[in-house]
Amino acid sequence: MNTDRRHFLKIAGISAFALSAGLAGRAAEAAVAPGKYEHGPNTLHAGRWGMVIDTRKFPSEADYLPLIKACHEAHNVPNQPGPHEIKWMWLAPYKEGFPDDENHYGPEKFKTGKFPLLCNHCENPPCVRVCPTKATYKMEDGIVAMDYHRCIGCRFCMAACPFGARSFNFIDPRIAMPSDKAPNPAYPTRMPGVVEKCTFCAERLAAGKLPACVEASGGKILFGDLNNPKSDVRKALAENFSIRRKPSLGTQPGVYYLV
Amino acid sequence: MYNGKFIIAAALVVLVLFTSPFWLSKGGYKRPDLQLPANEKECVETVDFMRAEHMQMLNEWRDQALRSENRVYVALNGKKWEISLQNTCLKCHNNTEKFCDACHVSNSVYPYCWTCHIEPKGKGDK
Repeated sequence: MNTDRRHFLKIAGISAFALSAGLAGRAAEAAVAPGKYEHGPNTLHAGRWGMVIDTRKFPSEADYLPLIKACHEAHNVPNQPGPHEIKWMWLAPYKEGFPDDENHYGPEKFKTGKFPLLCNHCENPPCVRVCPTKATYKMEDGIVAMDYHRCIGCRFCMAACPFGARSFNFIDPRIAMPSDKAPNPAYPTRMPGVVEKCTFCAERLAAGKLPACVEASGGKILFGDLNNPKSDVRKALAENFSIRRKPSLGTQPGVYYLV
Repeated sequence: MYNGKFIIAAALVVLVLFTSPFWLSKGGYKRPDLQLPANEKECVETVDFMRAEHMQMLNEWRDQALRSENRVYVALNGKKWEISLQNTCLKCHNNTEKFCDACHVSNSVYPYCWTCHIEPKGKGDK
C-alpha cells in the first residue's frame, strides 16, 4: 500500500509540474496584436531626464504659481485643499524642503521664501522598490512613472518616498473636477484609491513637447539629459552652485535647484 | 438500489432545473446592434480581431505606451495609430453608450474605463 501511495504522489507531482509549466509558457506568449510598436516620430529622448530650477529668477513665491497652474491643468489635478490635497508640484519653505541644511545663517529667502517641490525622479527610487504590483516603475530615460491601472492603493510608495511627492486619492477626484470640466480633455483623471504624482510629463515628451512647468517658466526652469555633458542642464550645473533635496539619502534626485 | 425510483426522479428534476437556462432562453443570444462610427470604415485591425481581442490589445497598448514609451502602433496594413484609448479609440467610437455598453451590458461585462478616462461628451460622472 505504501509503495502505491508513493508512486501515486510521484506521478501527481510530475503531472502538476508539467501542467503548470505548460500554463506558464502560454501566459508568457508573445504579443496579442499582430502589428508592431514604435516610438512616436517627435518623441524627445534622453539617457536620464533631469530638471534644473533657477530659483534666483523667481523673486517671490507668486512667480511659481503659473507653473503649478500649468502642471495641474495639463494633468487634470483637482483643487481640493486640506487633508485630501493632490499635489504634483507644490510650494514649501526651505526648511521643509531641504532639511539636510543645518546652517544657522543663510540668505533671507532660506528663512522666508518658498521653494517649488515635485517628484525628483530619483536614480534609486525607493517608491519603485516597495511597490508590490509594479504600478510604479523607472523607465529607460530615468522617469519614475505610474500605471494607475495597476495601483492597488496600498500607499507603500508614499511611506517610502522621502520627498512627500505622492498623493493618495482619498476621495473621488471627480467630485472636485467632473470629467466635463476637466481642463485637459485629452488626459485622463484619476479614480479614488490610487496614488498619483508628477510624471515629468512623459506624455508631452512623447509628443515632442517639454514639460508643462518648463514651458510655463519661460526658460527659468531647464530640462534636459543629465547624461549628456553638452545639454543645457549639465552646462547650468557646471557653471552654477546647485543643491538637491535630501542628497544624503542616496536616492540621487534628478531635480536640481540653483540658489 | 434502495429507493431507486425516487433517486432517479429527483436526479432528473435537478438535471432539468440545472439546465433550465438553456431550455428557457428561446432563440439564444443575439448580438446587439452597435452604432458604428459614421465617418470611418476601418478600425485598427480587422473587425473579427477587434471583436475577439480588443481587451487584450488595450492591455498591450497600455503596457507598451506607459512602460516602453512605444506610443505608436503600426497595424498589419501599415497604418500608424497613436496609442490612446481616450484620443484614438474614442475619437471614432464617440458614443460609448451605443457602442461599448451595448455589448458589455448584454454580456454582463462591466469594465471601469470611465472612472479615469474621460468619456466623450462628459458622460463619465454618475
